[in-house]
Amino acid sequence: MLYQPFVTNYYDFKVVRDQDRCIKCQGCVTQCSYDANFWDNDRQMIDSIHSKCIGCHRCEAYCPTDAISIQRNPSQFRENGYWSKEDIKNIYLNAETGAIVVTGMGNDLQSQPVYFDRILFDACQVTNPSIDPLREPMELTTYIGNRGRKLSDTKAKKTGLIRLDVPVMFGPMSYGSINLSVQKALAASAREHGTLWSTGEGGLHSDLYEYGPNTIVQVASGRFGVHEEYLKAGAMIEIKIGQGAKPGIGGHLPGEKVVDDVSRTRMIPVGSDAISPAPHHDIYSIEDLRQLIYALKEAIRYEKPVGVKVSAVHNIAAIASGIARAGADIIVVDGYRGGTGATPLIVRDHTGIPIELAIAVVDERLRQEGIRENVGLVAAGGIRSAADTLKAIGLGADAVYISTAALIAVGCTLCQQCHTGRCAWGITTNDSYLSKRQNPEIAAELISNLLGAWEIEMKEVLGSMGINAIESLRGNRERLRAVGMTESEMQVLGLKQAGLGM
Amino acid sequence: MIFDSINGGEKRIEVKNALGHRYIGDGLCGDGIRIDIYGTAGNDLAAFMNGPTIYVHGNAQDGIGNTMNSGKVYVDGDAGDVLFYGMRGGEVYIRGNAGYRVGIHMKEYMNFIPKAVIGGCAGDFFGEYMAGGYLVILGLNAGKVPILGKNIATGIHGGRIYVRGSVDADRIDRAAKSSDIDEEDLKLLKPLVMEFCRAFGLECTKILDDRFTKLIPASKRPYGKHYTPGWHTITDRKAVVPGSFEENGYPAVRNIRER
Repeated sequence: MLYQPFVTNYYDFKVVRDQDRCIKCQGCVTQCSYDANFWDNDRQMIDSIHSKCIGCHRCEAYCPTDAISIQRNPSQFRENGYWSKEDIKNIYLNAETGAIVVTGMGNDLQSQPVYFDRILFDACQVTNPSIDPLREPMELTTYIGNRGRKLSDTKAKKTGLIRLDVPVMFGPMSYGSINLSVQKALAASAREHGTLWSTGEGGLHSDLYEYGPNTIVQVASGRFGVHEEYLKAGAMIEIKIGQGAKPGIGGHLPGEKVVDDVSRTRMIPVGSDAISPAPHHDIYSIEDLRQLIYALKEAIRYEKPVGVKVSAVHNIAAIASGIARAGADIIVVDGYRGGTGATPLIVRDHTGIPIELAIAVVDERLRQEGIRENVGLVAAGGIRSAADTLKAIGLGADAVYISTAALIAVGCTLCQQCHTGRCAWGITTNDSYLSKRQNPEIAAELISNLLGAWEIEMKEVLGSMGINAIESLRGNRERLRAVGMTESEMQVLGLKQAGLGM
Repeated sequence: MIFDSINGGEKRIEVKNALGHRYIGDGLCGDGIRIDIYGTAGNDLAAFMNGPTIYVHGNAQDGIGNTMNSGKVYVDGDAGDVLFYGMRGGEVYIRGNAGYRVGIHMKEYMNFIPKAVIGGCAGDFFGEYMAGGYLVILGLNAGKVPILGKNIATGIHGGRIYVRGSVDADRIDRAAKSSDIDEEDLKLLKPLVMEFCRAFGLECTKILDDRFTKLIPASKRPYGKHYTPGWHTITDRKAVVPGSFEENGYPAVRNIRER
C-alpha cells in the first residue's frame, strides 16, 4: 500500500528550471493551469511540484529567458517487458478511485499499426508526364452529397450538393468541449477556404450564425441546442451516431463545464451535467435511422443534405450500406485514432478499427452494391497531414474531417488533458481566464494557413501523380502501393504490394 | 401540403383519414395554428415543432414531440413508443396508454419546461435519462397491468415524474428517489391534470384527490463518481476519496507549499 498519493511517488515529467537564467518573472506560475509552478516566498524563487506537471509545455513556451525545460522523469517504474508503465499506472488509479480512467485526445498506442504510414503514392516518370502545379490549373474542388439522384425524385432534387473548395473539413468539436474563440477561428477559416466546420453536439452560439453557409449542424442523442432555427442555419445536418475515439459510448460534459454561455447555447441549465446517452434511444434499426433522417429532412423541407456519422467498427461496410439505403446523403466514418474531449481510456485504446481499413471496405461495398454515387463519403479520425488526406481520398473518401490537426495549429501539444477543462493553451477550456489565451483572429489565421499549406502540398503530390483534379484520385487505388503489410491487409485495403507495376 | 398552407397564411387545418402518415407538423412553427387529425397519426408527430397545436382524434404512433420546442399536442387515444425524446418545451396530453421509453432525455431550459400527461399506463424505461420537465402518468385504466413497466427513470438527472398511486420500489432505478407530493407539487400538478380533463371531458376532482408519488433525481450528477480524471490531477487523495484520508490511517502528507 502506498503511504502518500501515488502521483507524488511516480510522475511523468520534471519541470527543470535553470535558476541562473530565471528572472523570477513568474510567467510560468501564472501560465500553469495545473498549479505545478509556484512562487516560494521563503526562498524568494520559483519552484515546481513536478507531480502536477502534465507535460503541456506551456511554461516552457512562455518563459522569456528559455530557463525551463520539461523533461521526462528519469525515475521510472522498474522496467518490465510485459507490464507497461500505462498498465501499472492504470491499476494504481483504478485501485485508488474505483472509477473508470478517463482521458482526452486520440489513441496514442504505438503498438498498433498506422496504415497511412505504410501506403505510398505513385508518381509519373517518362511514360506519362507529371503536371507542374505552379503553372497548370489544379482542381481541389469536390462536391459531397447524393450525386445519384433521379430526376423523377422531386423531393431529393431539392437537396443540393455541397461544394468544397478543398476536400478538408473541420470535424465536430462542440462548444463546451472547446471554447468560442476556437470555434470562431474554425468557422472563419472554413469560410475563407470554402469548406465546412461542424458544431458538434453543443448547439450553435448566436455569434456563429453568420457562418451558417459553412456550418455543419449536428444532431446527437442528447439533442443539445437543437431547435428549428438551428437546423435551418447550417449547410448540412449531421446525425451523430458514434465517435471514433469512443464507439458505442455516449458523451458526458460535466456540470462544471456548463457555464453561462454554454448553457445558453446547449439550452440546458447552468451546472447540470450534459449527458448524451450512448445510443439514440429512438434508433434501434436502419428503419429507425431512416425515420430520423426523414424527420430532419421534413423539418428543413429537403433543402439541405443530411449526413450520418458513425465510428469505424468491424461491421462498418454493412452498416454504411444500410445508412446509404436509409436515405443519408453523406456518410462520415470516424476511425479509432480520432480525438475526443473525454473518453474512457479502455474504449479509446481498444475499440474500433483504423480509418484506412474502414474507408476502403465501405467504398468497396458501396461500389459493389451500385450505391456509391448516392452518398458522399467522408473519412475522419486521425488525419494528420495532406498526405493522409490524399491517401484517404485514394482509398475512396470524397473528403476528410480534421480536428486534432486544427487544434495543434493553434497550440495544442497533445497533453491529453482535454477532459479536465484546464487546458493551459486555452483550447479545450471555457474558463474565462484560460480561454482568453486564444485570440479568434490569430487562431483563424493559423488554421487558414494550415489549410492553405495543405492545399499546396496536395496540389504538388497530385501533380507528381499526373492528376489535375482531386476527384480523379477518389477511390483510385491503382495510384497507391503498400509497404510492410500482410497479404490480408493489402486485400482489405485493395492495394498492391509496392514494387508491383500496373 | 401542410407547410404550403401554413406558409399561405392558413391557421386551421384538418387532416382526415390519416393512416399512419408520418412527420405531421414536423418542424412547423407559428402561433395560433391548429391542426386536427382524424384517424391515426404516424411516427414523429410534432417533431421539432415550435408553436402550433395539434389535436389527434384517434391514436398516434411513435416519436410524438421528438425534440419539440413549444406547442401543444392532444391525443384522444393511445400512443406508441419513444414519446417526447429530447423534448424541450410545450405540452402533450395523451388520453390512453403509451408504449416503452417515454420521455427519454426530456430537458428544461429557462422558461422552456416540457410537460406531458398520460392518462393510461406506460411501458418500461419511463423517463430514462430525464433532464428536466414534468411527466405525469395517471393510470386511469390501471387494473391488473401495473401503471408503469420496469426500469423507471434510469439515469434521471433533472425534472420530476408524478405517478398516480404508488410505484413498486424495485421498478425504480437507483438514480431516482420517490416521495409523496407536497403543496408545491400540487400547484404544478393541478393545472396539468385540469387541462387533461378539460381536453378529454373527464372529471378532475376525483383524480386530484388520489395519492400521487413523486420521482425526482437522487443526484444531479448520477455518474459523478463513475470516472476519474487521470493520473496527474490526483495529487490530493482527500479530494478523490473524501473522508478516507485520515480515517483510513494514511499519514498526512506534507505539501511542498506548506513548509
